[in-house]
Amino acid sequence: MTTTHSAVLRPPAAPGPLEWLRKNLFSTWYNTVLTLLAAWVAVSGVRSILGWVFFTANWSPVAGSLKLFAVGQYPLDQIWRPGAIVLIITLLAGASWRIFGGTVRTFALALALALLVAGLLPVRMNLGLRLWFLANPILTGAGYLAGGLRLVRTRGLAVAWALTFPVTILLLLGFKDSAWLPRVATGVWGGLLLTFLLAVVGITASFPIGVLLALGRRSKLPVVKTMCILFIELVRGVPLVTILFMASIILPLFLPEQIRIDRVLRAMTGMTLFAAAYMAENVRGGLQSIPRGQEEAAKALGLNGFQTMALIVMPQALRAVIPAIVGQFIALFMDTTLAVIVGLVEILAIGRIVLNSRTDWLMLDSEVFLFIAVVFWVFTFSMSYASRRLEAALGVGKR
Amino acid sequence: MLQWVAQIVSAALVVAFLVFFVRNVLRAAQVRGLSLSFDFMSQAAGFDLPESPISYTPADSFGRAFLAGLLNTAKVAVVGVVLATIVGTMAALARLSSNWLVARLASVYIESIRNVPLLVQLFFWYFAVYQQLPPVRESIVWPGPIYLSQRGLYTVAPVPTANLLTWLGFVAAGLILAVAAHVVLMRRQMRTGQDTHYALISFLLLVALPAAGWFLVGDPPLLTDEPVLGKFNFTGGLRLTPEFAALLTGLVVYTGAFTAEVVRAGIMAVSRGQFDAARALGLSSGQTLRLVVMPQALRVIIPPLISQYLNLTKNSSLAVAIGYPDVFFVGRTVINQAGRAVPVFAMVMAVYLVASLATSALMNVVNKRIQLVER
Repeated sequence: MTTTHSAVLRPPAAPGPLEWLRKNLFSTWYNTVLTLLAAWVAVSGVRSILGWVFFTANWSPVAGSLKLFAVGQYPLDQIWRPGAIVLIITLLAGASWRIFGGTVRTFALALALALLVAGLLPVRMNLGLRLWFLANPILTGAGYLAGGLRLVRTRGLAVAWALTFPVTILLLLGFKDSAWLPRVATGVWGGLLLTFLLAVVGITASFPIGVLLALGRRSKLPVVKTMCILFIELVRGVPLVTILFMASIILPLFLPEQIRIDRVLRAMTGMTLFAAAYMAENVRGGLQSIPRGQEEAAKALGLNGFQTMALIVMPQALRAVIPAIVGQFIALFMDTTLAVIVGLVEILAIGRIVLNSRTDWLMLDSEVFLFIAVVFWVFTFSMSYASRRLEAALGVGKR
Repeated sequence: MLQWVAQIVSAALVVAFLVFFVRNVLRAAQVRGLSLSFDFMSQAAGFDLPESPISYTPADSFGRAFLAGLLNTAKVAVVGVVLATIVGTMAALARLSSNWLVARLASVYIESIRNVPLLVQLFFWYFAVYQQLPPVRESIVWPGPIYLSQRGLYTVAPVPTANLLTWLGFVAAGLILAVAAHVVLMRRQMRTGQDTHYALISFLLLVALPAAGWFLVGDPPLLTDEPVLGKFNFTGGLRLTPEFAALLTGLVVYTGAFTAEVVRAGIMAVSRGQFDAARALGLSSGQTLRLVVMPQALRVIIPPLISQYLNLTKNSSLAVAIGYPDVFFVGRTVINQAGRAVPVFAMVMAVYLVASLATSALMNVVNKRIQLVER
């Protein structure tokens, strides 16, 4: 045996920074021109944006109305109620971090850190608010420790999260003639609080309705099937604005006169029905991706129709469409802004109100709308980040 | 047996619901004096519209107001779809570029736009950009000339002359000859293997005939009408109102980002081997893109692209928030004026439903075509 190669061939070394530059930015003459042009756009763009943000822009309408942006007209003496809800959430987030780890940890930490930083900001702030900010990260830590207790298990945590929602609503709404928790009408709920409520209600309520609609669309009963198809296609065929408008103007006509539905609730109904139709199509896509063999095998094992669907087909179907469902949740979160058109004061409406509240703020639209855009961007971007992590953790497309 | 019971129960439930709703509507109609008929459509509307592609005055009927709204929706949708396709394709190609910086810039555009609600963007364009332009006297002038001011965007308008029809004949002839040359020469190239430069020749025909026609018909077929600054405002020229311009900008920037992702997904769906094989066969990079990659990518691109177009049309209903009189805006105004919520609303929804049903029909046709091509 003759060895012609005495040295072992190594894979080529990773390119150095100069080599990388040459290959990715200056490979040909037109690439060089393109790079210089793009660099000019990027540098001048970033420079003018930074210059504007730090020197030209007048952030006083944003800085002066943070309470409005957060909770709208919610009475100031009752503001501890939304505050308490955030405390419950940070506590549960801490416990979830201990039990689930992974992406949940990232989120619990990010939330706690953001609130900690806000609490330590060297600006004038009343003591109660500062203490509230600082209590949040402490509660996250407490939750993390509590998560180690034998008492708190996955199931208990799930129950706690599920209870958070009704507790939130009761706490925000309060009771009639109660001294301790006076009724706060939904009309004064607003800002980011209302945005979140609309989104959370829409997401949680549309999910089961969407699953039922998807099953109905595959049903063998012609009446059920036709009704489901009609509903889904009708809703998907028109813009959300028309659905919201219908829920707020026409829905009252369809109900007996004794039943008066609150304006916020009407918008939530419209939002939910709209989201449910899209959810149904996503779930149907998942159901179609499950081979018939799964169903037949389940039947052969003696499972009845309900068990087959609930234990075998649906879990696989839902896992297959997680990216689509999360994408839809994100879309729903952004769609809550359309509530402006039917007169709800969520964060975008607050922006308009703030701008018109003082004559010297009238022309500061750029500042206010950019602030709102950034708020949305932070939440939607973290949701899509979570979705990517979830996909990886569940092995979508790998099994 | 159980099946039958379930059928009957479900049918009964549906009927009960319908009866409940219809009775309530009828009672509400009676109590509040609402009418469910469409007879008001021929009455005088009594409100003005900020803009309309057809002549419209408050003395015209509700029906004509509705038509004006419908045409306004169609106008913004058609222009928006064309521009969003161009923006989206360019952004997709930029994001796929081998140039690192260009690709980064494109992904910053796409990711930031997709994660901010459209309505926030529309408010930004309308209130923070178009409403804050300088007054007419201090208009910003862009090459074109394009004048930007609080009154909107003014630019040159084309004015047809008597020679336009003759010239359009030249354009049509150029188009037909170009297609014919393309087909004939490509067939010959496929048969003989010799380069017939079919693309170049048909392109030249497409450009040269209309260009020659422009001078041959004598007086130019189109004249330009430049906006002239008068005492208070521009006269003449083509005007886009701030509302239309803001809506169009918002829709194009937003839908463009989504279109870019659709196009990118389509191109990435073509496997790397196809590029390599085409290059190995000696095709140029242009030919590879045109003859090998694009036909395969289009199969993946077209269905989601069409649904993006539909989304743009439906999203144009957000016009109501910035005061562009689209069909939803007009519908809402009619409800406020005439109080006929149910029939008007049925009409507005029917408009969007027809658009989306037509789109799904188109999608089915396209899907069939695509399947035929499949091997």
